[in-house]
Amino acid sequence: MYGNDFAAVDAPDGGLLGQVEAAEAALRAAAARGRGGAVAAGADPESYFADVINADQKIEPRDWMPEAYRRTLIRQIAQHAHSEIVGMQPEGNWISRAPSLKRKAILLAKVQDEAGHGLYLYAAAETLGVSRDELVDLLLSGRQKYSSIFNYPTLTWADVGVVGWLVDGAAIVNQVPLCRCSYGPYARAMIRVCKEESFHQRQGYEILHTLAHGTPAQKAMAQDAVDRWWYPSLAMFGPPDGDSTHSAQSMAWKIKRFSNDELRQRFVDMCVQQAETLGLTLPDPGLRWNPERQAYDFTQPDYDELMRVISGDGPCNRQRMAHRRRAHAEGAWVREAAAAYAAKRARHEERVAA
Amino acid sequence: MSARSEPVLRAPQSRTKTSPVSASGPFEFTLALGDDALVAAQRLAEWTSRAPEMEEDVALSNIALDQLGAARLLLTYAGELEGAGRDEDALAYLRDDREFRNCLLVELPNGDFAVTMAKLFFLAAYQLPLYTALAGCGDEQLAAIGGKARKESAYHLDHAALWVRRLGDGTGESHRRMQAAVDGTWPYVHELFAADPAAPVDPATLRADFDATVTTVLAEATLTRPESGWAPAGGRDGVHTEHLSYLLAEMQVLHRAHPGARW
Repeated sequence: MYGNDFAAVDAPDGGLLGQVEAAEAALRAAAARGRGGAVAAGADPESYFADVINADQKIEPRDWMPEAYRRTLIRQIAQHAHSEIVGMQPEGNWISRAPSLKRKAILLAKVQDEAGHGLYLYAAAETLGVSRDELVDLLLSGRQKYSSIFNYPTLTWADVGVVGWLVDGAAIVNQVPLCRCSYGPYARAMIRVCKEESFHQRQGYEILHTLAHGTPAQKAMAQDAVDRWWYPSLAMFGPPDGDSTHSAQSMAWKIKRFSNDELRQRFVDMCVQQAETLGLTLPDPGLRWNPERQAYDFTQPDYDELMRVISGDGPCNRQRMAHRRRAHAEGAWVREAAAAYAAKRARHEERVAA
Repeated sequence: MSARSEPVLRAPQSRTKTSPVSASGPFEFTLALGDDALVAAQRLAEWTSRAPEMEEDVALSNIALDQLGAARLLLTYAGELEGAGRDEDALAYLRDDREFRNCLLVELPNGDFAVTMAKLFFLAAYQLPLYTALAGCGDEQLAAIGGKARKESAYHLDHAALWVRRLGDGTGESHRRMQAAVDGTWPYVHELFAADPAAPVDPATLRADFDATVTTVLAEATLTRPESGWAPAGGRDGVHTEHLSYLLAEMQVLHRAHPGARW
């Protein structure tokens, strides 16, 4: 654990924000150290790359990198960017009906943050030599994925709280180690994303806390949402380690730092106490403290369901993609107009300058 | 109608019944501006995750957030002026459409992106001089709200005017759509400037500023200013289009389903 001492014990993010800050400090320290000491600049590109990784320095866009490293990063960063953009839909679903003006403002700002995250993640991917337009095409044509969690519906207002608490919580657990990813632009983007996500998680937790301490109907609404989202949230960490296809190489490249199962366990351990504080029940009769492992035993999510949702048969896959494609198609004439106007202005300025 | 020097609180029932426009004391005036901003925010937020570009998604949410922020300040203050214990949420969630005082322009459906930009452009070209005048008015709280909101309005106006120029002077299709949007929304601007000498800022005094902005931008955008004589109105008296009731039904549904609950 990095820098867990930064955070208060009862912070709903389980001290993760402290880890983000520690990663940021490490990034600055590495930059200050420079590569000179540990890394021989005159070496051939492959050993130079290996030296940089081994020295916990950052690979930057102009450095040589193995083609597979580049492809892995493009895939991962793009899928992350797509997830931010598609993830706007399930939460955006409640902006118009938010039950108070304050909650409406908070939710609107949150969904706007997600658009912002998408934008700077696409920008991070572009440093690897691919354009945002190409990546958007890959999403719209179904050749790249987004996080499967967004293929579940947000049926009640409590879902907005649970998406903040559990889904953003799981995303942060996944992403905090990425703040130390070996690729500089991604690590820096993740530091910014994690800080904002931590804020979102707090807001979701607060929504649930209010509901859980409200009327019986509000409390029932909160419990129902937890019941529906708990296992899909656990599945966000991906298949069990034995079945995970990309893990070993990503670990060696220091793109990934912990296995799916390690992160899932960390998330469960973080949530149990928070659920107690909320007065809500996690829907797992097998959940209990294991003193030998110093961790909670828990029931695994249904990985067959995860595979079905990934392959396109979740409750909202078709709806989410149709929404994205429609927005893109209906905006085409606007983007064309903006390009035509910019071209006219450029010609006009040339004439003025000539 | 009483003179504009009359101090602070005018009870709604003191209005002259025969007056063709609703005489606005601070409460009704503030309520109307709050409703404009709230309904505008609700419509703009409908664009979230649907904008033509990702950058525009961020920009439209930004403007929606500004409008919502102004609405909250104005409705909270309107509740204080009324003195009947209604807070921003009571005013937003527990009034029916006949009690809303927003102008018709903001409740019109979003239409395509050109219609949304036409609506935003006209609204911002009205709100900027309005909030600027408000910033110098005698009521300290309204002056503070105006001082904050006018900076936001200046950005809204820049943003909408840029799109009106881009779409008007972009492609053949965008020009056709932008002109249709201007033609369709223009009749609704007249309501914004109905004279109300008793109000903290008389809307009629803002018209010249508005016309100057609109004339310049439409000309740069190669668009024609419509000459329609049709001037629908009624929003300030609570007589709305058919659209508002649906907008409120959606906005209020959850709040009303749990009477007395805290959120």
